[in-house]
Amino acid sequence: MVRAKISRLSDSEPGERFRIAKLDINDDIMKRRLLDLGFVPGCEVAVLQKSPLGDPTAYRVCNTTIALRKEESDHIYGERIYDGNE
Amino acid sequence: MAMNEYTIALAGNPNTGKSTLFNVLTGLRQHTGNWPGKTVVHAEGFFTYNNNRYRMIDLPGTYSLYSNSADEEVARDFIIFEKPDITIVVLDATALERNLNLALQVLEMTSNVIVCVNLMDEAKKKGIRIDTKKLAATLGVPVIPISARNKEGIDTLLKTIDSMVLGKIKTNPITVRYSPEIEQCIEKLIPRVKEVIGDAYPARWVALRLLDGDMSLLRAFQQQPLPSVKEVSIYACHGPAKSI
Amino acid sequence: MHATVPQNRFEELMNEARALTPADTREQIVAAIFRTSQAICNETVTYTNQAKQYETEKLDRIFTSKLWGFPIMLVMLAVVIYITVAGANIPSSMLASFFGWVEGYLTLFFQAIHAPDWLYGLLVLGLYRGTAWVVSVMLPPMAIFFPIFALLENYGYLPRVAFNMDRLFKKAGAHGKQSLTMAMGFGCNAAAVMSTRIIESPRERMLAILTNNFVPCNGRWPTLILLSSLFMAASYTGGWKTFVTASVVVAMVLFGIVVTLTVSWVLSKTALRGIPTHYTLELPPYRRPKIWDTILRATLDKSIYVLKRAIVVAAPAGVITWVLGNIHIGDTTILAYLANWLDPFAKALGLDGYILMAFILGLPANEIVLPILLMGYLSTGSLTEVDGLRSLKQIFVDHGWTWLTALNMMLFSLLHYPCGTTLVNIYKETKSKKWTFVAFALPTSIAIAVTFFTAQLAKWFGIV
Repeated sequence: MVRAKISRLSDSEPGERFRIAKLDINDDIMKRRLLDLGFVPGCEVAVLQKSPLGDPTAYRVCNTTIALRKEESDHIYGERIYDGNE
Repeated sequence: MAMNEYTIALAGNPNTGKSTLFNVLTGLRQHTGNWPGKTVVHAEGFFTYNNNRYRMIDLPGTYSLYSNSADEEVARDFIIFEKPDITIVVLDATALERNLNLALQVLEMTSNVIVCVNLMDEAKKKGIRIDTKKLAATLGVPVIPISARNKEGIDTLLKTIDSMVLGKIKTNPITVRYSPEIEQCIEKLIPRVKEVIGDAYPARWVALRLLDGDMSLLRAFQQQPLPSVKEVSIYACHGPAKSI
Repeated sequence: MHATVPQNRFEELMNEARALTPADTREQIVAAIFRTSQAICNETVTYTNQAKQYETEKLDRIFTSKLWGFPIMLVMLAVVIYITVAGANIPSSMLASFFGWVEGYLTLFFQAIHAPDWLYGLLVLGLYRGTAWVVSVMLPPMAIFFPIFALLENYGYLPRVAFNMDRLFKKAGAHGKQSLTMAMGFGCNAAAVMSTRIIESPRERMLAILTNNFVPCNGRWPTLILLSSLFMAASYTGGWKTFVTASVVVAMVLFGIVVTLTVSWVLSKTALRGIPTHYTLELPPYRRPKIWDTILRATLDKSIYVLKRAIVVAAPAGVITWVLGNIHIGDTTILAYLANWLDPFAKALGLDGYILMAFILGLPANEIVLPILLMGYLSTGSLTEVDGLRSLKQIFVDHGWTWLTALNMMLFSLLHYPCGTTLVNIYKETKSKKWTFVAFALPTSIAIAVTFFTAQLAKWFGIV
């Protein structure tokens, strides 16, 4: 794995896919909630679209749609998946 | 003949049609209030089937039982401390993967579980097929495909409930296998857990929560009286564990 | 035979466990459960039509798009209000004439048994007419509004509203789910206060509770709709009239939302300081609701419930108002006396003493504000049968109303203190007399300030 590719989920644009590597969140309850919703290291997330005002963003994870604010997606690290790169 | 009364807890993710099922089963025989000391809605309803009376508790819709929100604590405490005769876990057929997490968590706590895969009609429309027989074999508990809003599968569900309270169904819930490191810790902790809190609670589950550092459970245990020792654990964690 | 878990032994055990625990246990545990779920799904679930699954996402690209997200929300709101306004008229007048017809027989009956005048006045002119008014004015809009709203809710549109609006609420220091509790407020503020439980952070929940009142509830729709159609859309006819009426009501709702955001922002910078907490919002798939089931449930759970409450409150209020309007001190009734006393203050707000008194007597339920006002205006001391909107408008105009009076009454209705039931619920939910008082005083001051401002502004420019 190429280390340099690690980025924040919040940097991904709609239409892209993202594989989660790490949740860097101190708030235990929030971290747990994100894990419960499927934001689990190793899982794949599809970036669906941004709210009309730019934030929050909707993600497809485990076949469900979950919206996160930038405050949360900033702390989810992983790599962007480019098609043909799988 | 006197009717027996059994308690059924209804658990599930939000947006799975859990309340629809609750309404279908209990009709207008329901009332709502608050869980004692909590601002969480407590809904219970009643129905009778085959000469038995059932009290059904609609637990708050939650994604998990461990996030320590008020909702989840209520659901967790009810399953672990009130020991309902049956816990029905309602799953959304169109998002089975995430929904199964809750089912697996419940199966770690009790073996008297019926899994309802709801919104089968919706899944069919979306071209999602679920092999519920295979799912039942894997989970080790009955799995009933239903469509609560079309009232499909309700008969089968009621029959399964009836068989389960009469002890005609033997369940053998799946055990989630954790990393070797964690499994080792669990193994070390289980005898200690039994020593401290006895047989009344599923030791493997308690050990896991301890490893998880679940402070709210500690508080809950302090508030709860322990049932007398003669009660045998209903948890089947030492049965042949399935692994996948 | 109960024994409690020995506390220190359990704590000891907890510490023991902690010593064993690897650093990322929590993630490992959840990941293991997820892997198990994934493995089970791989074995048991097959997908035959990938495209169908993403239908919801396709719809979301429209409903929450940069371009269409807000216009669609606005149109939805306008359409719901338009259908409610347009649909409620005919059944309302049908109900009114039905109750009038029944009243004829009641009158005959009271005459036949030679009942004393006061008894007839109390029971028929006070109790019966007050209740009949509330039922005929409230039932039709409710019977239309609640089911439409429930259909939108069951279809899955509401979470999209929360998604679209989230940024605004975050900026105001409030919780994104506040928009869901506001949506509930369109039906009933008292129920909405209970629904703020979905917000876990106490600070943000308090914001949602304190500002919920700025969303007009079912008891205030009729006031807004009626005054808007009588005074704002007066020069239009037919479909245009309904359209203008609905537009004015929509504008009122939007103004209420602006006030909500502003008040939330000010509070979160002052008394309820803090930063918005983290949260996640699920956007469930759109599902075609079971139309008849939804309508039936909405009617049973909401419409009937709210109507019952309205009647329980309206019946005694009708009696009290009749009594106040028929007991004389000197040669004026108590009602007129109170109205005169309130008049100078009310005039400064662009209202009059009777309007303010109707709001005060209407504290138990907003539904009865208009009936009390009419009762006050008519010297007979009881609700008259108002045969048609034209005569209704005439009553207002005879008492010196202009479009500004109507506008200020609409604003006051939108912004003033929550009804009695809502205040009781606020107390139950917050367990605090202080915050319940704030929930009363804050909107009231805003209502007074805003109406004072518009009245003085209009006077300054000499528009009225």
